[in-house]
Amino acid sequence: MNKFWKTGEPYVLLTGTALAVMLVLTLTLVGVVMTNGLGYFWPRALLKFDLKDGTSALGQVMVKEKNPISGVSRLQLKVANRDVFGQDFRWIDEKDIASRSLPTDAMLIERREHGNYFGFLKGVTAEGLAQSASPQETLQQAMKLVAGKMEDTRAIKKQMSNLNHTVERLRLKLLKLEYGGKEKNSAEISELTAVREKTMAEFTRLNEQATAAQAEIGRITGQFTDVTGGSKDIALMEIVALQRPNSMSFLAKCGAYLERVRELLLDDPRESNTEGGLFPAIFGTVMMVLLMSIFSLPFGVVAAIYLREYAKDGLMTRMVRIAVNNLAGVPSIVYGVFGLGFFVYGIGGSMDSLFFPERLPTPTFGTGGILWSSLTLALLTVPVVIVATEESLASIPKGIREGSLALGATRFQTLTRILLPMATPGIMTGLILSMARAAGEVAPLMIVGVVKLAPTLPFDTNFPFFHMDRKFMHLGFHIYDVGFQSPNVEAAKPMVYVTTMLLLAIVVAASSAAIYLRNRMRRKYTSSTF
Amino acid sequence: MAQAHDQSGGAPILSVSNLNLHYGEAHALKNINLDMTRHQVTSFIGPSGCGKSTLLRCFNRMNDLVESARIEGSIRLDGDEINESSTDVISLRRKVDMVFQQSNPFPKSIYENIVYGLRIAGVNDKATLDEAVERSLKSAAIWNEVKDRLNDSALGLSGGQAQRICIARAIAVNPEIILMDEPCSALDPISTLKIEELIEELKKQYTIVIVTHNMQQAARVSDVTAFFYLGELIEAGGTRMIFTNPLKKQTEDYITGRFG
Repeated sequence: MNKFWKTGEPYVLLTGTALAVMLVLTLTLVGVVMTNGLGYFWPRALLKFDLKDGTSALGQVMVKEKNPISGVSRLQLKVANRDVFGQDFRWIDEKDIASRSLPTDAMLIERREHGNYFGFLKGVTAEGLAQSASPQETLQQAMKLVAGKMEDTRAIKKQMSNLNHTVERLRLKLLKLEYGGKEKNSAEISELTAVREKTMAEFTRLNEQATAAQAEIGRITGQFTDVTGGSKDIALMEIVALQRPNSMSFLAKCGAYLERVRELLLDDPRESNTEGGLFPAIFGTVMMVLLMSIFSLPFGVVAAIYLREYAKDGLMTRMVRIAVNNLAGVPSIVYGVFGLGFFVYGIGGSMDSLFFPERLPTPTFGTGGILWSSLTLALLTVPVVIVATEESLASIPKGIREGSLALGATRFQTLTRILLPMATPGIMTGLILSMARAAGEVAPLMIVGVVKLAPTLPFDTNFPFFHMDRKFMHLGFHIYDVGFQSPNVEAAKPMVYVTTMLLLAIVVAASSAAIYLRNRMRRKYTSSTF
Repeated sequence: MAQAHDQSGGAPILSVSNLNLHYGEAHALKNINLDMTRHQVTSFIGPSGCGKSTLLRCFNRMNDLVESARIEGSIRLDGDEINESSTDVISLRRKVDMVFQQSNPFPKSIYENIVYGLRIAGVNDKATLDEAVERSLKSAAIWNEVKDRLNDSALGLSGGQAQRICIARAIAVNPEIILMDEPCSALDPISTLKIEELIEELKKQYTIVIVTHNMQQAARVSDVTAFFYLGELIEAGGTRMIFTNPLKKQTEDYITGRFG
């Protein structure tokens, strides 16, 4: 036994076990997120339960568990039809069930509002549409008709949005002139006013056109009945997707699955974020992280170069170094508060009074936005970049520096031609760490620019294209908001898993890209001589 | 103090007088007086820590990098004082190049390694660079080994090849003096032999100062040998004289292996 301890084997085992425990925990986390997140989009069967009391229920089985007191097993059923039944979910005790069946014509209707509707199709009302043999076919044709008409209104809406933008620009121009002391009846003002009025008239005309078109489309409806026999008219334009999960083949289910994934990645959220897509949040997260890298990388690298290459190694340098290391440990909310005070109110406020006085008291840069969020996070992650850069500069052999200097290179030439290329892999490591940190950070963002629902992306086709002052959506905040602030937490649960999975995927994707770059550089700049 | 034998040959290219160097409190070089002659190989020998590398690094002002170093005295290159704060260190280092103990090729291609000194001096003309690469690689006796892979990374070369690349890199800028700080200590005997043959060739064009721990090497390659001990120059003179008939007892003890 004594000999066993002396071999040192136990310590190897100990360290190995510690690593294994950590790996298991991480994998469990990823596993839970993946199973819950990936399974969410798979079309589930719609089960019809006939209960012993004579009523029946139609829904998807979410959970099966034992009642902890009576020991009877019960099912959690998603019955949907929130606007009819008052809630999305109900519990059914298995002993109350008389029979269960899979009605092939049961439909899952995903609506723009009020969540899903589970029921059966009765008929379709559409002017000028020939009724086909089966109501299902008619419904398909009517859906196509509606989609085509919606496409037309979308074009009108796009025009309206552009006009709106123009009107706003004109309004600000006018205000600027007015504040500038121009006479109310000067030629310039009246000309602008005329243009503005014309644009507004055009806007109103388009608006009426759109409303009329909308109303016309709204008259195309489907009649449905739910399992209790109640009937419901649903305008087809309110329908996002239709499914008959019980009669779908495996391939059709795969198709539906992929369609939902597409919707998730490319569409806007609906129903206070618990349904629909995540595109604005994905876009916001990625853009914020990229902006953050653009700010923190140069500053971090330059600071590290000064600290390592030029600063004399005295008390001051050592204190700065300690301070930088400690900065990485400051709670992120502190950065958020600093960002709010310094960037938003300080710099943003001054920018407003300097450059956009005509918009005041409505703030432009004097309120949270993607620019300030990126800067705040850049501040948070710059210590990581500094430390990584310093480490990699320090690890370059002395001989390389001396070799370059001995050939008559200046320190700056040595730095740019030899040292920086050699340090790049290390700098990339710092960047990877800081991107991962920035993508996952939520607390400081909540006070410097993230919102639950941003009406516009920080990037669009209106000049100047990148709107750094705009608020944005973020996946991390989305998790918090959907999971803990939403009115319908139970229905939102799958969305939380999906969002978490996406956030992880983005971090992994960004890191992989950076790691790939780093390895390429490492092959180029370091391979041992002997 | 130091006694110099007659160091046959013309005017000294490098002349050290009353040189003292302190690292903080430590007195690393004590009142050194020494002349080095053009187109000769001068070797510095002595036990570790005797100051021979330190003296070598005074000649191209590499000691500037050591913050605690304080140098007094005079070093003249072709009669011009180089140990002054007003000296243009960059152009000095182009005239006095250095080869280090550990070969230190840059993580670039062989070609870019050789032309590095020219590029930083602002030479970017392709023909000039090509010509310099061929000339210096030939001078460093490595042209035949690498001429087909000039664009490969210099990091893939063996230790001996890398050291000759470093010598070629130094030759490329056409220096007057090449300082070598134990250039063979990390090499195998065959590579060492090649470098020694190379030194024989190079002294026709350049003046060479070499620090070595290998007494046989000093005897083989150098014309003049200087023996240092504890920061002092004990004796300097013709190599044959030093090795066969040294004036000082300490020199004889060191050479015969009684200490050091």
